[in-house]
Parts: sequence; structure tokens; C-alpha cells
Amino acid sequence: MELFVQNIINGLTIGAFYALVALGYTMVYGVLKLINFAHGDLFMWGAYLGWAGLSLVALLGLKQGVWALIPVVILVMATLALLGALIERAAYRPLRSAGRLPPIVSALGAAFILESLARNIFGASYKTYPGWAEVTGSITVVGGVTVGVMQIIALIASLLLMAILYLFVNYTQVGTAMRAVSLDHDTARLMGIDVNRIITLVFLIGPALGGAAGLMVAVRYGSFDFTLGWTFGLKAFIAAILGGIGNIPGAMLGGMILGAVESLGAGYISPQWKDVIAYVLLVVILLARPTGLLGERVAEKL
Amino acid sequence: MPLLQVSGLTKSFGGLMAVHNVDLAIETGQIMGMIGPNGAGKTTVFNLITGIYRPDRGQIRFDGRNLVGLAPHVIAEAGIARTFQTIRLFPNLTVLENVMAGRHCRSRAGVVAALLRSPRQRAEEADIRRQAEQQLRFMNIWHFRNELAKNLPYGDQRRVEVARALATAPRLLILDEPAAGLNEQESAALMALIRQIREMGITIFLIEHDMKVVMGVSDRVVVLDNGSKIAEGTPAEVQANPQVIEAYLGREDEERISYHV
Repeated sequence: MELFVQNIINGLTIGAFYALVALGYTMVYGVLKLINFAHGDLFMWGAYLGWAGLSLVALLGLKQGVWALIPVVILVMATLALLGALIERAAYRPLRSAGRLPPIVSALGAAFILESLARNIFGASYKTYPGWAEVTGSITVVGGVTVGVMQIIALIASLLLMAILYLFVNYTQVGTAMRAVSLDHDTARLMGIDVNRIITLVFLIGPALGGAAGLMVAVRYGSFDFTLGWTFGLKAFIAAILGGIGNIPGAMLGGMILGAVESLGAGYISPQWKDVIAYVLLVVILLARPTGLLGERVAEKL
Repeated sequence: MPLLQVSGLTKSFGGLMAVHNVDLAIETGQIMGMIGPNGAGKTTVFNLITGIYRPDRGQIRFDGRNLVGLAPHVIAEAGIARTFQTIRLFPNLTVLENVMAGRHCRSRAGVVAALLRSPRQRAEEADIRRQAEQQLRFMNIWHFRNELAKNLPYGDQRRVEVARALATAPRLLILDEPAAGLNEQESAALMALIRQIREMGITIFLIEHDMKVVMGVSDRVVVLDNGSKIAEGTPAEVQANPQVIEAYLGREDEERISYHV
């Protein structure tokens, strides 16, 4: 039982990161029916920019400690929001009416550019996050179940960001317009909604969330390199599909389930087999529900 | 000066002349009807006015402003709203959300304000909700407000479309076959409603096949056939016009050029 609870908690922490990144994939798919392959690498850039920000804090001799993460996170999110919107403007918008395949090529191109830039600027070796930016120590929940303080902070931060997004999309005027655009561009336009502005907004929000996740993932694992976008980002993409791509609560659910299953597989069977276990289960789920857990009418969308 | 002035409007698709040299003038406060056989180019005229298509030639002036080349959302913002021949609601939004989406173009607060829940933004949001609720009550669909639009009966979906169009605060409301699929009783209610909307100071331009509706509610009627305007006048004048009678009755169906846009 203790092992189970421990694994679930660990899984949900990682799952929350998957979910944050999956939201970026799913929102873009929702409004453009485009898989933004560059999203995983934007997330990876979040890790690098966070690392660079903390290094700068140390270099300038500013006060070190976990609080330094707050301004760094905000800066990372803002920078990635701008970078995301820039990529949309430069790589996707000119191809909007070119059909489905050219934007996919463009997205892959943007992904490779982001990855190469990271490798060439920061080098190919692993970067290590400074330990001073973490809170050490852990809390014993029940029996032998312990949870790191940093893990709790990351989980709460992730859930908070998701809650804000959910409320924004479902309960504000702009969020309603966003959902209208995802259902029907032409009608939205005729009702006076500036569709391009909404799309820009999606490309600001998704990468901002992805950037926050990148930083938190790097803090959690301690080290990372430029392949983070493919390894971790791809799993987030799978989480988005699992939940039903285009569906925001689906991305959250898909991320959490993927994290939990991976963690349980690693804990009960073997860490080497965790990916196999997780993906076999995913295939089974998708066979039963091809549109994802909360998705509908994907056949029509595709 | 007319509220909407269209002159020399021409649009062809491939080799088909869908709209040819059409002139129109709609005065503020008028209800203008447009009739014509299937494929006469009526919906194309609507699509040209609302910016879905760009005319090959001709001018469209709304309150003196040239609309040619403007994006659909800019035209909507300028004060032209429409409904569709086949219903185009946002199926997975609730009725209230559909109407609020129509109100979006009148909201000023940005995203940052929405995230920070600034007092101004909150006041605006409340205002948008209030306005949307007002439209729902006016259209008598208040009790459906929390239903998904796709789950409503057909006739009520049409009402939601009108409510959503009204929510954009239009000066010109364009209705594409509003009576399609309605029974006689519903049609009568629709006519009363169209008159009420005019009372609110909104000018109306409608396409309608139901002659009882279009002749009963319009101040003036324009007739299109094969993309050209063949007649215009009061309902009585148009009904007595030999060319109109010929367009509707005088030809065998087989001879009629049949294309759909």
C-alpha cells in the first residue's frame, strides 16, 4: 500500500509536468488542427532559460535561494510566450492556407532550429541545476511515504497554472471566443472575432506553460540536455492524444494518467520496463477509445 | 445617404457569373427582402457584403465606408451581422456562450486584464453577460441558456443564431432564409420578431423563399435571377412584375441553369 501511494504521488508530480506541456500541444491543435512539433523544444528552452536565469542570479551575486525561482519563472514564461508567438507568425501563419502538410514540415523545421540553437549556444553536455535554488527536505505523509518539499511546490504550482487556464478558457469572454474559434473559424470571423489575435494568444499561453514546465522538470531531475524536447516533450504529446487532442481537460487528465502509470510500472515491475508498460497500456486505451479519453469526433477533425 | 449602398457588384467563380452588376441601396430602418430562384446568386451577395468573398468588381459602402477588401471580423465590427442558410452555431458551446461569443467584438479589455481580473474587466464581463442574457430573453430562449447549442430543436437553434447576431450590436442585420424549416405558426412569430428588431433601430436585409414571409414583412423587395437584378420595388410592385413572374413560373426547370454557390 505504501509503495502504491508513494508511486502515485511521484507519478502525479511528473504527470503534472506532462499535463502542462500537453496543454500547449492540445490548444494549438484545438484552434489550428496543427501538431506544433516545435512545442517540445520550446519546453526544452524553458529549462535552458531557467538555468541561464539562475546562473545569472549567482553571477551577479544576488541573493540565492528558492525565492529566486519566482522572478526567473516569470521571465522564462514571458520569453517563451514571445518566442511561441514569433514562431507562429514566421513559420505557421504564412502557410495557413497551404493545406495540412506544409505547416507540419514548417513545425518540424522550427523544432530542429530550436534544438540546434540550444546545442550550439549551450553546448551538448548536460547542464546541472544549481542546488541552492531548491528546498531540501521532505515530509512524511503516512507510514513510509515521503514527499520532497520541492516536489510538493512543483505539484502545487502546476495545478495552479492549470486551474488558472481552465477558468480563463471557460469563464471569461476571451476564453469563450477562443473556444468559438476552435469550433469554427469562419463563423467566428463573421461574428466579429479576430481569429488571428486568438491564434496568437494560444501561441503565447501554450509556450508560457511549457516554459514553466521545462524549468520545473529541470529542477526536479537536476540535469538535462538539448534532447529534453524530444524525450520528455514527445511523452507530453502522447499524453495530449491520450486525453483527446484538442481537449483541455483531456490534456490534464492524459498527463496525470501517463505519469501515474509510468511510475507504477517502474515501482512494481522494473524501471527499465516502465516505458513499455506505460505504452502498452496507452495502446490498449486508444484501441478502446480511439478519440482519446475525453476527445470526440477526432475522425472528423483529421 | 443609404445605410448600405452596393453598386456594380460582380463576382464569378470559374466561368460562372454568380453575381453580375448588381446595384442595391438600403435605407436606414428599412426591411429589404431579396428573392430569386435557386442559384440566382442571393447568398453570394450576402457573402460579398460580409467579406467572405471579395468582389471582382463593384463597390460596397456601409454608412459611407468602403467595405471591399476588409476582413469579415472588421465588417462585423463595423456593424453588419448575419445568420446562415444552414445553421452555423458553435455546437459545443452553450446557448449563452454562443451569444457571448457574438458580443466579443464589443469588448475592450485584453487578456492581461482578464487574467488579473481587473475591476474594469470584471465590470465589462458582467456587462457582456447581462447583454447576452437580454438577447436570450428577447429571443425567448432564456430557458435554454445552459444547454449546448447542438442539443436544441431546429427552430430554437435559428433563434440562437439571431440572438448571437444581435449581440454583435449590428446596425444592419442580414438574415439568410430565416423561415427555412419553420412551420406556419413559427413563421408568423418570426415575422413579428423581424418587425420588433426593426423597432430597435436595426436595418434588415433578408433572403427568403417563403413568399408569405418576405412579402408580408419587407418594405421593398429586390429580385435576382441568374446573378442579375431583374426587379426592385414594393412587394405589390414586384409581385405584379412580368419579368419576375417569368423568372419564377415561365421556364421549365430543365432549362434553368442550375448552379449552387
